[in-house]
Amino acid sequence: MTEQAAQTQSLVIERTMPHPPEKIWRALTERALIESWLMKNDFQPVVGHKFNFRAEPMPHWNGVTDCQVLAVEPNQRLSYSWNASGDEAKEGLKTVVTWTLTPVAGGTHVKMEQSGFRPQDKWNFQGAQSGWQKLIAALEQVAGR
Amino acid sequence: MHVNPNEVLTTLADPTRRGIFEHLMRDGELTVKVLTKRAGVSQPAVSKHLNVLKQAGLVRGRRQGRESHYSAKPQGLAPLVNWMEIHAALWRDGFDRLEALLKRMEP
Repeated sequence: MTEQAAQTQSLVIERTMPHPPEKIWRALTERALIESWLMKNDFQPVVGHKFNFRAEPMPHWNGVTDCQVLAVEPNQRLSYSWNASGDEAKEGLKTVVTWTLTPVAGGTHVKMEQSGFRPQDKWNFQGAQSGWQKLIAALEQVAGR
Repeated sequence: MHVNPNEVLTTLADPTRRGIFEHLMRDGELTVKVLTKRAGVSQPAVSKHLNVLKQAGLVRGRRQGRESHYSAKPQGLAPLVNWMEIHAALWRDGFDRLEALLKRMEP
């Protein structure tokens, strides 16, 4: 493992779903279906294709994610970059999302791994999440030390 | 301008300074005079705190006549946003909606 990789962290979410891989693959790769469970997008299952996910803008986020398809292995593996966009691109998030589908008895094991979170992407003060009230509570703990 | 999380955190760790920032977050633009009344410290002390907040990218100021007006820059809190937490929540919700979608879809 390179030093760069050692400094980053991955987020992994996995679940076994009672559906065949082919059906889950459709939900992960068809534009309208992706939108119905994730976000508006212009995805195409073609390696090299550049696309965006678009959500409602938030105070610290323009709502747009810059992506590029990295791997397409039908019904098995799908990978795309997941990066900050616009003004936030330079200092912002640079991650990779990889979906792995594995057939198991009675369904499919679905694993989503988002890799490449740097220390500055996960400033974690006593486990507080975003939101001003929580931030204040965390600051008070720091200030009280 | 790139401010690191420690600078934002140190800036807001001072209760008086944090109080000033909170008032600006809640009420929008305020004059130094109003902020001084609320903060319960001297006007020079308030001005000093506002300068520190400005350096950290948390407030902006403008002069109008003899009054200085300040407002909060919520985006100054961006270095404290925990992207990993936000994405963990995003994907967990996403998985729930994905499963609901799969149930609705033709086999």
